[in-house]
Amino acid sequence: MNGSFLIRRVFYGLLLMLGVVVLNFLLIRLAPGDPAVVIAGEMGGATEEMLAQIRADYGLDKPVLVQLGIYLGNVVQGDLGQSFFFNQPVAKLIGLRIWPTILLVLTALTLSTVLGVILGVLAARKPNGLMSAFVAVFATVGYAVPVFWTGIMLIILFASILPIFPVEGMQNVRLRDANLFVKALDIAHHLILPAFTLAVIYLAQYARLSRASMLEVLGSDYVRTARAKGASERSVLFKHALRNAALPILTVAGLQFGNLISGALLVETVFNWPGMGRLAFDSILRRDYPTIMGVLFFASAMVVVANILTDISYRIADPRLRGK
Amino acid sequence: MKLMTRLMGAAAIAVSAMTATPIWADGSLVILSTQTPRHLNGAVQSGIATAVPSTQLFASLVRYDSGWEPQPYLAKSWETSEDGRTITFRMVDNATFHDGTPVTSEDVAFSIMTIKANHPFQTMFAPVEAVETPDPHTAVFKLSQPHPALMLALSPALAPILPKHVYGDGQDVKSHPANSAVIGSGPFKLKEFTPGEAIILEKNPNFFMEGRPVLDEILIKLVKDPSALLISMENGEGDMYPYMAGSQEIKRLQEVEALEVTDQGYAAIGPINWLAFNTASPKLSDKRVRQAIAYAVDREFIVKALHRGVSTAQRGPIIESSPFFDAGIEPFAVDLEKSKALLAEAGVALPLALTIDYIPGPKEQQQSVAEYLKSQLKKIGIELEVRAAPDFPTWAGRVGGHDFELSMDVVFNWGDPVIGVHRTYLTSNIRKGVIWSNTQSYSNPKVDEILAAAAVEPDMAKRTALYSEFQKIVVEDVPITFINASPYHTAYKDGLEGAPMGIWGPMHPMDTMSWKK
Repeated sequence: MNGSFLIRRVFYGLLLMLGVVVLNFLLIRLAPGDPAVVIAGEMGGATEEMLAQIRADYGLDKPVLVQLGIYLGNVVQGDLGQSFFFNQPVAKLIGLRIWPTILLVLTALTLSTVLGVILGVLAARKPNGLMSAFVAVFATVGYAVPVFWTGIMLIILFASILPIFPVEGMQNVRLRDANLFVKALDIAHHLILPAFTLAVIYLAQYARLSRASMLEVLGSDYVRTARAKGASERSVLFKHALRNAALPILTVAGLQFGNLISGALLVETVFNWPGMGRLAFDSILRRDYPTIMGVLFFASAMVVVANILTDISYRIADPRLRGK
Repeated sequence: MKLMTRLMGAAAIAVSAMTATPIWADGSLVILSTQTPRHLNGAVQSGIATAVPSTQLFASLVRYDSGWEPQPYLAKSWETSEDGRTITFRMVDNATFHDGTPVTSEDVAFSIMTIKANHPFQTMFAPVEAVETPDPHTAVFKLSQPHPALMLALSPALAPILPKHVYGDGQDVKSHPANSAVIGSGPFKLKEFTPGEAIILEKNPNFFMEGRPVLDEILIKLVKDPSALLISMENGEGDMYPYMAGSQEIKRLQEVEALEVTDQGYAAIGPINWLAFNTASPKLSDKRVRQAIAYAVDREFIVKALHRGVSTAQRGPIIESSPFFDAGIEPFAVDLEKSKALLAEAGVALPLALTIDYIPGPKEQQQSVAEYLKSQLKKIGIELEVRAAPDFPTWAGRVGGHDFELSMDVVFNWGDPVIGVHRTYLTSNIRKGVIWSNTQSYSNPKVDEILAAAAVEPDMAKRTALYSEFQKIVVEDVPITFINASPYHTAYKDGLEGAPMGIWGPMHPMDTMSWKK
């Protein structure tokens, strides 16, 4: 891997983000509805003067292209603007919400890749065995079921019928002053259902992909050689085969990161998880343009960074690509 | 894997056990709410979402008992001059803001003028010309005309007393940073405000009313999804759920043994669910067409079948729990033949195509009623097209822009008719682009005259008589068909004493609320 590759990828990433920002800005402005009316609605009504004042305060009385220019200028300087609704800096609102989303997405990603790969490897050991059939069925069902439906079913089962897990967010408000250990346990308790819901669809995908990839690799000469040399089955599977089979899994995991973030939007809404997805959802309903833009900006940045990291890790995992 | 499962299980049980600790042990109250406040300053923002925390954080001159009588709060007494144009408030001398600064009449004068300039309910303090401050504990309101609505407008939900030394720094009060980092003089202090998530209030140890508040803290947790909120209440994670309006939620929580469910506490806010007509539309400008539709609406079916009996039918523009409501109003009884006759008399060519919008919100209060009306009006030859709006801005754009024919809406009375009722019917309040103004474009000089007289009439009996006449005319003119009172209910844990059942309900200081030991 050389420096120019990295610079090129970062440059393309920035260019992509500029395109995303401009496109988002224009698309959001195409939606009908006036943010001043929403604010007035929240206030219980307003006079014409108040509406005009709200529009002037937030620069909504300027032409759209002027607004875009001002916005881009501010973004370059690191200013994402002020939320129309909360009248607080968007960066502050995102700062409060980004960690819950990262926690949810990374937990789901870890759960889905680790469990998915384990399931896939176990299934590949005996392609006609029970585990293989289970993975095939699980993958089909898991992939077909919409993420919000899984969430609702889990809520009905584990929060309503068997009230084991809470559904009112990320933390029990009564435990906010508890010690770190209790808080961590509380968050883990709240995290289980949403993380599992988000993980299911990808878990199924990784299981299926690992199975296919492993089956291909297990038929290779070098695996036969390793077995002939007397290597243990565990060593053959995890040391020789999985390392080669992992390349497509890695690629898909990187590409799926964007999907995971969009999946998080649904999961956060279903489980009241206080992340960026829910902030985006609520902001869209309120026509809170700066907040929507800010969330999309951060989400795009996360996807771009994830893709660059995937490219880098791909090169680390595959020595053949390092010089390219 | 097995170990991990066991660990997770143990953690879940441990946390469940911790959360199951009896809540009265720590004197805290967890309120679950679907309402997200923009900020916490009720002086420049109306609405439930802000008013609930704002009334805990800020004190006001008066508060109300359950019999609609004003009670001392920051004002210990008051007197009105004979001409009704001067009201003198004598204030308590031991009230301080949360930062230790004394509350004075200067703060009162500043707050009233700030509210007058910035609050959307412009009628509240429009006649207030000045608030004089002869001494630190006397505030004298000078009015341009008698203003009987003033006392209700001074309630905690509508007129919080702001600290002048904080808000008088020249910044715009509507976007002042202190709106989210409040310093008030109410029974609770702001400990933490996470926008869209939670509001943590703690006891104000220096509150000027002795022995209050009883609770140590109030934790308002915002849960956007009503289903999740319902489960949380069933599972004991929340102690109180106010402004609950769905029949399914109400019925389900009524069955939970550990909870009490009441419809008390919503008399002053007066939420009315109604069907509004755009009287400027050529199809609806003839009163007989609107009356024909009114005769076709079966309120009993709506409240009993669609709302499963949790709401009550509403007869007129003033909520039935208000002292100004006229019980003698005759609502339109269902009579489809009369509907058809009225349409024929008005010379309407059938089928008549109309559209109906509805405010996005609780489905059974709005969308279900709109869909019911579609099938019901078909019986009298009206083809109704239901226009769903994906969100509030879209609906508000249509109705505020007078681009509608019929629309379902929910509008609050806000205590005195001057505050929440007049705005819908005054000719002077037909203002395009402004939601919850007279978007019906209704104009009746007689109504304008009555409302102008009622706004300044100090005698309660005469005022009530004026509003009686107003209600009869408006019901007869049908700029609006009144459907039902929104079925707001409060669910709270058994053992909670002093639950909010006064006229302002949860928009009232919760300083006497406590847990039964």
